[in-house]
Amino acid sequence: MAMLKVDDINVYYGAIHALKGISVEVNQGEIVTLIGANGAGKSTTLRTISGLLKPKTGQIMFEGKNIAGMAAQNIVKLGISQVPEGRRVFAHMSVLENLDLGAYLRSDTKEIKADMDMVFGRFPRLAERRGQLAGTLSGGEQQMLAMGRALMSRPRILLLDEPSMGLAPLLVKEIFSIVKDINETGTTILLVEQNAHMALSIANKAYVLETGRVILSGDAKELAASEEIRKAYLGG
Amino acid sequence: MKLLQKTKSDIMALVACLAVYAIIQTLILTDVIGPFWQLNIVLIGINIILVVSLNLINGFTGQFSIGHAGFMAIGAYVSAVLTVKFQLPFIAAIAGGALGAGALGFAIGLPTLRLNGDYLAIATLGLGEIIRITILNISYVGGASGFMGIPRYTDFTWMFAFTVFTVFVIKNFIDSTHGRACISVRENEIAAEAMGVDTTKYKVLAFTIGAAFAGVAGSLFSHYFYIAHPASFTFMKSFDILTMVVLGGLGSISGSITAAVLLTFVSAALASYPEWRMIIYSLMLIILMLYRPQGLFGNKELSLKMLSRWTGGKKHGSTQGN
Repeated sequence: MAMLKVDDINVYYGAIHALKGISVEVNQGEIVTLIGANGAGKSTTLRTISGLLKPKTGQIMFEGKNIAGMAAQNIVKLGISQVPEGRRVFAHMSVLENLDLGAYLRSDTKEIKADMDMVFGRFPRLAERRGQLAGTLSGGEQQMLAMGRALMSRPRILLLDEPSMGLAPLLVKEIFSIVKDINETGTTILLVEQNAHMALSIANKAYVLETGRVILSGDAKELAASEEIRKAYLGG
Repeated sequence: MKLLQKTKSDIMALVACLAVYAIIQTLILTDVIGPFWQLNIVLIGINIILVVSLNLINGFTGQFSIGHAGFMAIGAYVSAVLTVKFQLPFIAAIAGGALGAGALGFAIGLPTLRLNGDYLAIATLGLGEIIRITILNISYVGGASGFMGIPRYTDFTWMFAFTVFTVFVIKNFIDSTHGRACISVRENEIAAEAMGVDTTKYKVLAFTIGAAFAGVAGSLFSHYFYIAHPASFTFMKSFDILTMVVLGGLGSISGSITAAVLLTFVSAALASYPEWRMIIYSLMLIILMLYRPQGLFGNKELSLKMLSRWTGGKKHGSTQGN
């Protein structure tokens, strides 16, 4: 059984029909990626899963429980954590305080401390800057902080929204290798990316979205090799 | 170690409070401070309560509310009704005033806090006026001529105790997990929600607490001036409070206290030059906003470390970015 099963959801922004019957399945331990052009509905799908948006129809099953329309904080409690697009760190708080807020729903002080050490181990650059205000970090560091912050809630599945946005190619590589690392230590990942090439290189499974519909899906390696995808998304 | 430091600074704060209280109370008892300045000292305390409580809403939670005078009015009238019509003791009346204002803050906050920015400001401005005009039309509390015959229960001791209490409660709230959640709402609402912070709950909670303390201030106010009058609670009063919040620094309690003391003091000191008063007052605000747009304290708190930095002369690089 799939860990997360998005089943035929329809989402509207006012009168605009943004998601037209999207279905996505994520199995435990996988990296699944949603790719597609601007406005395809990738971020909307993520935001619906994490409860920031409510679907008009359709189900979102997480470990056998329908979470469609649940309040965001309850969804986080179940173990779904989102790294929002554009990072959105708390600019006027220190790195440490940002991470603390990631563990907002937990009260096991000792383990929070251990997880914080784990995050600092994974992102040594954050450890160096733990007292610094998040707004003064570079873009890449902010992305790391946003990811570290999401990890602090001990998610069973991590939703990543465009982690490569606005970052230099070298940093993009670093971020993706960290994503792979996080996955290898047992966290399932649902990744939204415009950088299809990078996303397909680390994912197990991929869905291609276009104007609110899934137009293609399958094994990431196969999709990366397919002529159609290469033409449309990988630049020849 | 950290805990020890905290206890130490708590004790020092307590000692400082007692010392300030003892000095001013002695000066009042020995008539060194005359009635005019006594009145203004009480006003300073009431203003501190108003400014710190509004700062919780505007500065820490980032919800731009400008209807604080309305909640103050609720406190003033509810407590007056309780002491005059029901002969309840003052402390019960204050609690009643706070409860009334807090309940109304909750009822109003629930629907309006879905708005943000300018829209919330306009809505709260309107609500403040609605409260005032409703009171104006209730003859049970005196209508347009005001609620008269309120006993003077407030004195320096009451005022001081409640000011310290307000600052203590709000400061502790901000330093708690709940306070951190409120600040995260101000910093980035979407990220806060994605972290599992129930943003609506915290906005309403901050609004309710802020309103309740405005009610406390209102209760102290009406029981000092013998009268509660709708004209004392116009939107100009809300703006006065807001001015002090912004001047002291959004998100700084020590800034709020300093601004409340400073502006009330300046306003009182200029009372004998009525024709110059508003000009000097306005000029001061303009100059301060030109040179300290983030307010006197920004979002920092006054601390011993900060003091020693000033006096020690060793300048640290500012980490304030962007």
